[in-house]
Amino acid sequence: MSKHHVSTTINGEPVEFLCETQQTLLDVLRNELNLTGSKEGCASGDCGACTVIVDGRMVCSCLMLGVEAEGHTVTTVEGIAQGDHLHPVQQRFLEYAALQCGFCTPGFIVATKALLDENPNPTESEIRYWLAGNLCRCTGYDKIVRAVQAAAADVRGEKAA
Amino acid sequence: MSSLNYAAPKTAEEAVKLLAGASGLAKVLSGGTDLLVQLRSGRLKPDLIVDTKQIPGIIGIRQEGGGFRIGAATPGVDLEANAALKAAWPGVVEGVDLIGSEQIQARCSLAGNLCNASPAADGVPALIAARATCTIVGPAGTRTALVESIVIGPGRTSLAKGEFITEFQLPPRPAHASDAYLRFIPRTEMDIAVVGAAVNVVLDAGGVCQDARVVLGAVAPTQVIVEAAAKALIGHTLDAATLAAIDAAAQAACKPITDKRGTIAYRIKVAGVLTRRAAAIAFARARGETPATTH
Repeated sequence: MSKHHVSTTINGEPVEFLCETQQTLLDVLRNELNLTGSKEGCASGDCGACTVIVDGRMVCSCLMLGVEAEGHTVTTVEGIAQGDHLHPVQQRFLEYAALQCGFCTPGFIVATKALLDENPNPTESEIRYWLAGNLCRCTGYDKIVRAVQAAAADVRGEKAA
Repeated sequence: MSSLNYAAPKTAEEAVKLLAGASGLAKVLSGGTDLLVQLRSGRLKPDLIVDTKQIPGIIGIRQEGGGFRIGAATPGVDLEANAALKAAWPGVVEGVDLIGSEQIQARCSLAGNLCNASPAADGVPALIAARATCTIVGPAGTRTALVESIVIGPGRTSLAKGEFITEFQLPPRPAHASDAYLRFIPRTEMDIAVVGAAVNVVLDAGGVCQDARVVLGAVAPTQVIVEAAAKALIGHTLDAATLAAIDAAAQAACKPITDKRGTIAYRIKVAGVLTRRAAAIAFARARGETPATTH
């Protein structure tokens, strides 16, 4: 069958692409649109490395077909910073060294942005439950949680600790 | 190059026509959180995917006649966000809320969780305990069925070719009624149930049980309705003898397997414990209390 023509908005820009049915949104982002920030870890929705925000909700882009993006708004890790100005989540992940190999980091950044958009004052328990769908095999999570707490304070406009 | 077709029909009739008319394997897509994994692994090789999410009413929750109508493809996060639904059917909502991560919650649906037909589906036991029904459309028209009639074995449903679920219905709630769902997994989040237990009760003003339903998951090829446990609850408060009786009834109803998540003996033991604990939560909620839950 011929490819699907899909019109969508990605990181604030109107984007059109062609894809086959079995191509996931992650395949399209990485292989058709050259947005390689989103990573493929497990390809089964367990690891969260492919996390993107669709219409304000975070999803695993490996579990969504590219063709399903028709008419929807997608934010990837490439769309989190404002130009050269890092988002507080990105800045705090750097400062707190909340990463080692970095493969899971784009997913954590996007998931944390989605959390703070919904709840800028999460408890540690809420942070850990929210990020339960993002796996990191390097950090032991503690530095990630501290970075999220610091970013949350930034988003709330509190003076940095 | 690829022979996999995709359609996103705008009406249920059109979707039925596509599903019934497909020459090869046709699969219904709601949230895709199971379907895409099966596609990717090669376990399923469909010729057609019919995305139901464009069908009017298939996403959304409506209160009607004291009960609730939940669109079949409504994502889990919408159930969790609906305060009225959560107040009336907290067990149904907490079961769905246990499916996967926040990422999965943005996509996973009741229809998908049910029709994937896993014995361990977290969204299903509380629906059955609630005596929930579903609307099924198909080539022969529209019919209504009890949720408990859908799953007939691991990965198998009673739906005929061309049929799919458009909506779930939860009945009206009398006073002093509530439900609870608990599952056991070896970690805190993101695993598949070793055992799940749902308890739905109606009490009288004095706290004596008038009606009950107890349903177990992950301890048999399909969800198990434990009639003996319901019988042991009705006419009683949750005293020590009643708790012992429902524990024994739940254990007796299990026909589990041994796998990497638990042995037969372990699953049977845990089924009794979870039934007692879920009953305690359901009774407390029905009395208007807010019991502490883990999540």
